[in-house]
Amino acid sequence: MTQWMIKTGASRYGLAMWYFLAAALLLAAPLFTSDFRLNLLAKFLAFAIAAVGLDLLWGYTGILSLGHGVFFGLGGYAMAMHLKLQASGGRLPDFMDWSGLTKLPWFWMPFQSFGGAVLLGMAIPAAVALFLGFFTFRNRIRGVYFTILTQALVIISVTLITGQQAFTGGTNGITGYGQILGHSLAAPETKLALYYVTAGVLLATFVLARIVVKSRFGKVLRAIRDGENRVRFLGYDPSRYQMGVFVLSATLSGIAGMLFVLHVGIISPSMMGIVPSIEMVLWVAIGGRGTLIGAALGALLLNGAKSAFSESYPDIWLFFMGALFIVTTVFLPRGIAGLAVDGWRKARRIVRRRKEVPEHERKGYSAV
Amino acid sequence: MSGKAILQCKDVTVSFDGFKAVQGMNLSLEASGLRFLIGPNGAGKTTLLDAICGKVKPSGGSILYRDGIDLARRKEHQIAELGIGRKFQAPSIFPTLTVEENLELAMKQKRGILATLRAKLAAAERERLAAQLETVGLAGRQRARAGSLSHGEKQWLEIGMLLLQEPSLLLLDEPAAGMTDRETEKTGELLQEIAKDRAVVVVEHDMEFVRNFASLVTVMHEGRLLMEGTMDQVQADDRVAEVYLGKRREAAC
Ligand SMILES: Nc1ncnc2c1ncn2[C@@H]1O[C@H](COP(=O)(O)OP(=O)(O)OP(=O)(O)O)[C@@H](O)[C@H]1O
Ligand SMILES: [Mg+2]
Repeated sequence: MTQWMIKTGASRYGLAMWYFLAAALLLAAPLFTSDFRLNLLAKFLAFAIAAVGLDLLWGYTGILSLGHGVFFGLGGYAMAMHLKLQASGGRLPDFMDWSGLTKLPWFWMPFQSFGGAVLLGMAIPAAVALFLGFFTFRNRIRGVYFTILTQALVIISVTLITGQQAFTGGTNGITGYGQILGHSLAAPETKLALYYVTAGVLLATFVLARIVVKSRFGKVLRAIRDGENRVRFLGYDPSRYQMGVFVLSATLSGIAGMLFVLHVGIISPSMMGIVPSIEMVLWVAIGGRGTLIGAALGALLLNGAKSAFSESYPDIWLFFMGALFIVTTVFLPRGIAGLAVDGWRKARRIVRRRKEVPEHERKGYSAV
Repeated sequence: MSGKAILQCKDVTVSFDGFKAVQGMNLSLEASGLRFLIGPNGAGKTTLLDAICGKVKPSGGSILYRDGIDLARRKEHQIAELGIGRKFQAPSIFPTLTVEENLELAMKQKRGILATLRAKLAAAERERLAAQLETVGLAGRQRARAGSLSHGEKQWLEIGMLLLQEPSLLLLDEPAAGMTDRETEKTGELLQEIAKDRAVVVVEHDMEFVRNFASLVTVMHEGRLLMEGTMDQVQADDRVAEVYLGKRREAAC
């Protein structure tokens, strides 16, 4: 098996096989897990979607955003607003009532339809990213300065949402809904369906991201990471590419946020703050940036570990995660995925040496 | 000057916080031919190239390209798209991309987002890439990461990238720096070859190299044009000897 996996000609089949395997695993997972665990897994899969999006931006293009919690949150709010309106059945949502509103604010109107909410759950993060990207990338604000601006975006968004209690539910966020399109969110069948939807979206995201990364567009992204100026003198306008990938990345976070709300049943400002934004970056860093599978696995593994840990030691989780981050950046700059690739190569070399197969294959660049 | 000029720099001035690195420089280039730009360290050669390719904006004068396109008003990527290629002093390739990918991105093509999302390497393009790999002596290395190449190979890769851009005007800043004598020789021949149907400007310190390959030489000093002529004329000129060759001699002793 190792033999045909490494042949360049067979690598496409190899890849298809991995996808098939991943799909089969995701498909079969409900057979082995309790409802509770399945719900957790579904949530992690939503996180993995955001991680893949963040990796396109950070891992491939070299732009570090510490503000993706905002895009995630905006998606989450879009979905939650729709669910809340459905649950209120034509009346004002309860928190508006308590705050003394008498009329539904105009910007809540489009969320009455499910389709409208889903569309806006992608379009709003995309628009915010485009706006921020337009003013930063075109003015060649990058590196640390860009990252600081994304943090400012988080602070502004969280402050705004928290302060506008009557319109947004404030610190409590938006919760208290039980149905989606007429199906109870608590029902096991709905949960199973939502799990499959999330798994499907994750696979689709993966395929899309892979197409992007393998295209010439993706090569330009990596070239920008290597040397933005050089790209410019080849005749490309890097700011367009940066805006493009930022918008794509933000949209994926928005989608992740929408799915998250369906699994968790609440969205609040604390879920889009600085800590969640940084956590997203950690998933990618530890999983392995610049590899799509690394980002996705990072999100799954770290959240798995988090829920295991924080059940018993909630306080030390953040310290543990911080320590893990330092260890990976110092010792494993390419994350777990990088470690796996190196291990795989080493194993291959040993196997080959045993069989005395001449070393004719080239190393080749792996950007799975 | 006979023939039609592809580039005309008139009284170009570039200042950095008041310091004039280039002051009132004039330069006119025909549509084809090899031009050497020489001058002592700090003469403003690199800065002049920077002004032409849009990296710095001139504070005075005009830089006209072809039929009067004012380059001072264009952005770098637009200038590159107009057919002006630039090689910097330090080799600048994309280290994490493969040799082949570096060349693929350089190739003359549509460079918008939608175009690159859909782009596929056509058979003809594949052939051109292969031919270019051959020309720059990197055949068989196409899958290697560019970052793993030797210094000389990186220089060659960059030259290959520039050629695939199919520029009408090529600006090279010390292309032979760090090359072995044989590689330098080969570079000179290649430059002469490609200068047959495009304008090539080469900044060079290696006088041996200039003597071997130059037809026309422009000498800069303190941001200004000192003189222009054949290598023989330049070498016979007293001012040049004073500011340039003189300095060299002193430094050599
Ligand atoms: N960005 C900058 N800011 C301030 N001064 C600069 C800048 N770039 C260049 N200079 C100055 O402008 C002058 C001309 O520099 P330039 O690099 O054009 O010289 P050069 O002829 O290319 O020299 P060399 O042969 O050493 O490459 C130098 O005195 C340099 O210090
Ligand atoms: Mg210079």
